[in-house]
Amino acid sequence: MITFQDVHKSFGPKKVLRGVNLDIPKGTSMVIIGGSGTGKSVALKCVLGLITPDSGTIMVDGKDATQGDRDAFLARFGMLFQGGALFDSLTVWQNVAFRLLRGSLKRPKHEAREIAIEKLRRVGLTPDVADLFPSELSGGMQKRVGLARAIAAEPEIIFFDEPTTGLDPIMSGVINDLIREIVVEMGATAMTITHDMTSVRAIADNVAMLHDGVIQWTGPVSEMDSSGDPYLTQFISGSADGPIEAVR
Amino acid sequence: MMLLIHPLAAIGRRTLALLAMLGNVTLFVIGAITHIFRPPFYGREFLNALLNIGWLSLPVVGMTAIFTGGALALQIYDGSSRFSAEAVVPQIVAIGMVRELGPVLVGLMVAARVTSSIAAEIATMKVTEQIDALTTLSTHPMKYLTAPRVLAALLVVPVLVGVGDIIGIYGGFLVATGQLGFNPANYIRNTADFLEASDVISSLIKGSAFGGIAAVMGCYFGMNSGRGAQGVGQATKSSVQAAAVLILAANFLLTSLFFAS
Repeated sequence: MITFQDVHKSFGPKKVLRGVNLDIPKGTSMVIIGGSGTGKSVALKCVLGLITPDSGTIMVDGKDATQGDRDAFLARFGMLFQGGALFDSLTVWQNVAFRLLRGSLKRPKHEAREIAIEKLRRVGLTPDVADLFPSELSGGMQKRVGLARAIAAEPEIIFFDEPTTGLDPIMSGVINDLIREIVVEMGATAMTITHDMTSVRAIADNVAMLHDGVIQWTGPVSEMDSSGDPYLTQFISGSADGPIEAVR
Repeated sequence: MMLLIHPLAAIGRRTLALLAMLGNVTLFVIGAITHIFRPPFYGREFLNALLNIGWLSLPVVGMTAIFTGGALALQIYDGSSRFSAEAVVPQIVAIGMVRELGPVLVGLMVAARVTSSIAAEIATMKVTEQIDALTTLSTHPMKYLTAPRVLAALLVVPVLVGVGDIIGIYGGFLVATGQLGFNPANYIRNTADFLEASDVISSLIKGSAFGGIAAVMGCYFGMNSGRGAQGVGQATKSSVQAAAVLILAANFLLTSLFFAS
């Protein structure tokens, strides 16, 4: 469904992506792992057009992601941002229903609110948070609201950017389970970037490791531990010794 | 030779950077204006901007204008008394406030209050990925954030200038009648007789131009801010500096256009 073909991206002299090739089949959950600053977020943002690749192609359903109607293209996506990226000036329900209150997916206000409350329930939040502002919520609750917003318009493709960063292990587990349940329930194609190996095991069907601007290894999550790839093995074990240079 | 080359290279780099910024600002302004006229329109954002830029700026505009009008009356009285022309105080206060001080001071107050607020808000949205979130939610950031603010500033700052002009003249009136011994009825009659429609119109046009500059600078520097708290601070500072300088430069150009004949 999503295919990266020889995607390159540099920022000034720094080459972040040096020819990424990756295929994410429809209805599967792909988790991209890799160290900090290896370009995971850049790869994800390239798909959405938030960053334009220097060269290479990203295809979604066989069509170039940069071509065609932008609104219709983006309407197929939901995204959970690392910090939630909730709009401070809007209440929780208005954040969740943002897409349903404007644009091509616009619904009547009361209907949008009902959907927002239903999505909040789906991520384990009670309706009484609907009228709060994001600043009144804890980090975990903000993540859940971000997740509810990502799924509010029932997208075909959902992206998760570091979904458990900054959360305690229990809340991380809750978010991981929610993501897995929702992706399976909706039949959506998911792409997650993380360096949290617990998340990887909870969310992934397939795993790709990005290192040095290229996909170093990709395969089913079940084969991850026995891959024999020295980069992946070092990353999983969290060892300072191995081919990945650890800056001390 | 190297000493000669390095300063030239530095000047060249700065010039190129300045030209690039001018080009970017021009494209940004064109984009902002285009989005004002193209649907979808975000009415709620527009009303919020009207409230923030207009209504909530009234106290600071009023305070600035009343003190300036009062000080102006005192200065003109003192200066004109040197050649026994104290009677011109109402006329000069009126023309000074309406043609120059009203629009410029309101413009600068809006730059201080609104430009900084817009730049800080949008820059924070950028560093917390809220701008990216808008895009992924099929909402163009220029249309949702910039167009309503620029339109609101273009429309509401002239109103603020009009209010500032009136309050400034009233400040002069209070000082002149309370402290300098002017007759209230004569003061009002002299003010009204002396002011022309073109004075008021030029004041309002200046207000609209300064409002546009203030909003555009806030949005531009906010959208192009660097990362982290330092990026937000830098964007806010640069936006206010740029807005203030551009307002003063635009004031000179508009004054030349309206009155240099």
